[in-house]
Amino acid sequence: MNRLSYIGIAIAAAVVLAAIFAPFLATHDVTAQDLAIRFAPPSAEHWFGTDALGRDIYSRLIFGARISLEVGITVVVVSGTIGILIGSIAGYYGGWIDKVLSGYLFNVFLAFPGLLLAIALVAFLGAGLGKLILALCIIGWVGYARVMRGQVLKVREYDFVQAAKALGAGNMRILFTHIMPNAIQPLIVQASLGMAGAVLSEASLSFLGLGIPPPAPSWGTMIEEARQYFAATPHVLFFPGAAIALTVLAFNFIGDGLREYLDPKQRTR
Amino acid sequence: MLLAAAKLGGSSAAAPTQHEICYIFRKIINFFGPPLWMKYKLLNFARRLGLMLLVIWTVVSAVTLLIELVPGSPAATILGETATAEQIDNFNQKHGLDRPAFFISYTNENGLTWNGTNNRYYDYWAGLLHGDLGTSFRTDRPVLDMILDRYPATIKLALAAMLVAVGIAIPLGVLAGRHKNGVLDNIASFIALLGISLPTFVIGPFLVYVFAVKLGWFSPTGSLYPEDIVLPAITLGAALSAILTRMVRSSVIEELGEDYVRTARAKGLSERTVVYKHVLKNGLIPVVTILGLQLGVLLAGAIITEKIFSWQGLGLLLLEDGIAKRDYRLVQGCVLVISVTYILANTLTDLVYRRLDPRIRLS
Repeated sequence: MNRLSYIGIAIAAAVVLAAIFAPFLATHDVTAQDLAIRFAPPSAEHWFGTDALGRDIYSRLIFGARISLEVGITVVVVSGTIGILIGSIAGYYGGWIDKVLSGYLFNVFLAFPGLLLAIALVAFLGAGLGKLILALCIIGWVGYARVMRGQVLKVREYDFVQAAKALGAGNMRILFTHIMPNAIQPLIVQASLGMAGAVLSEASLSFLGLGIPPPAPSWGTMIEEARQYFAATPHVLFFPGAAIALTVLAFNFIGDGLREYLDPKQRTR
Repeated sequence: MLLAAAKLGGSSAAAPTQHEICYIFRKIINFFGPPLWMKYKLLNFARRLGLMLLVIWTVVSAVTLLIELVPGSPAATILGETATAEQIDNFNQKHGLDRPAFFISYTNENGLTWNGTNNRYYDYWAGLLHGDLGTSFRTDRPVLDMILDRYPATIKLALAAMLVAVGIAIPLGVLAGRHKNGVLDNIASFIALLGISLPTFVIGPFLVYVFAVKLGWFSPTGSLYPEDIVLPAITLGAALSAILTRMVRSSVIEELGEDYVRTARAKGLSERTVVYKHVLKNGLIPVVTILGLQLGVLLAGAIITEKIFSWQGLGLLLLEDGIAKRDYRLVQGCVLVISVTYILANTLTDLVYRRLDPRIRLS
């Protein structure tokens, strides 16, 4: 692991802790409005200042971390599981199953720009946390499936798999206890980068008004609300922008570090 | 027979050389039809074309299906709650909404019914093949006209973003590659990672704040003057420039280790000539591919940039006139046009890439 990935781990840990202990860390009610103090600059009372409706930006950011991580973790776990299952089936069984899955289905999902598909899904299904997660899972699984298929194709030729076959192990047993544990390593990198991607996609869709509706403190929504006023009061945009950038950067750092760590060819370079 | 033929083709009575046998085989194969490599190429091309058509069919069907899933009737959404039953009937008739959606429909009373060609899905395809994307629910204008009005702006933005990305990535990537693991490399890598991680909607407002509000060099939004494209192009191109920088860097590192570089240096060429005339020429092949693949990503990603800068392109049309006003026919058209462009760009890149790199062409 390189130095940057340790920085990434530190930032990610801070975001996770902020999300877990949000009720204790927040200093104000996230939806409490006070128009008398709108656009207040950062102070001892409001650490990051207040927004257009006089809400405390610091508290909203802390609770916003919950939304981002909730979306990120759910999307990674659900799309990762689906992707791993489908990818393993395609790689292990081969033949017409593989032709249909990787030849057609993967190509269809890869041939479609991810953000556009998410926008179309949310536009038709309506906004909301559950639908947003559903849309991101629909666009996310294929990345995992493709990597997993390649891995399984490689691992299934190894001697220990042939040995298990010779001993009469069933397909499911070979796939789940012999192939998967040996094939899953690159998926860890994919998951870390996928986490960054999901946090970014959630913020993007919320920014476009297609994600989590206000007054929920989503980081993307906060930026969208701040956009009209930031010329006069830059702090309303700076803090949510920094929060998104740092979180995405952290997971990218971790993913990059893991990739380097798991790939000895890159480590020596 | 083969031996006889070999003897005919051979120059002496001795056993035919390997070259002669090959020549005869080629003659025989040519006699039966086009050469094998050409057959393989045609087959490959046909397969790609077939896959492309299959993907486009899936996209059209999926979008049509999604529209049917939207809760509530479009007529009530567009005409409002005060619309009379007659107005709603007229609207439905005009847009074909009074007819079944697909070939097969299901109702509780009748169960499964076969509708024949009297359905909206068939109509949409029939229109599509005649270059007709239907009429907008809101404005009654043909959707294709609305899209063609706005598409050039988006393409202009995407190309400008690409130019910005290449302009940043090549010098930065070469610098990083030449000073591998040095301070310059670390700085360039950090800038690249920052470019990937900073979302468009953070970079955009930041650029507006610095260059439009504080310095006053550009106008914050709109597309009235030619220079108005600068900030949107940088915003959209930032992420791509980051990806490209990393690619150019690793390409340069790889090529610098090749023998021809040592030869060029031994000839006494300056380092500048070695890098920019020899290394870069070979190192740019993967970059060209990424550029092609990213053109589609840029066209789709332009939606956010267009919103930030009120750039009158296809993305803004989709967001403001389509989704916000619930004009689903327009949404359908926009999604379709963007995805088909994306698919075409990808397929074309793939074919060009095969031509560029002889190792892939021949494998």
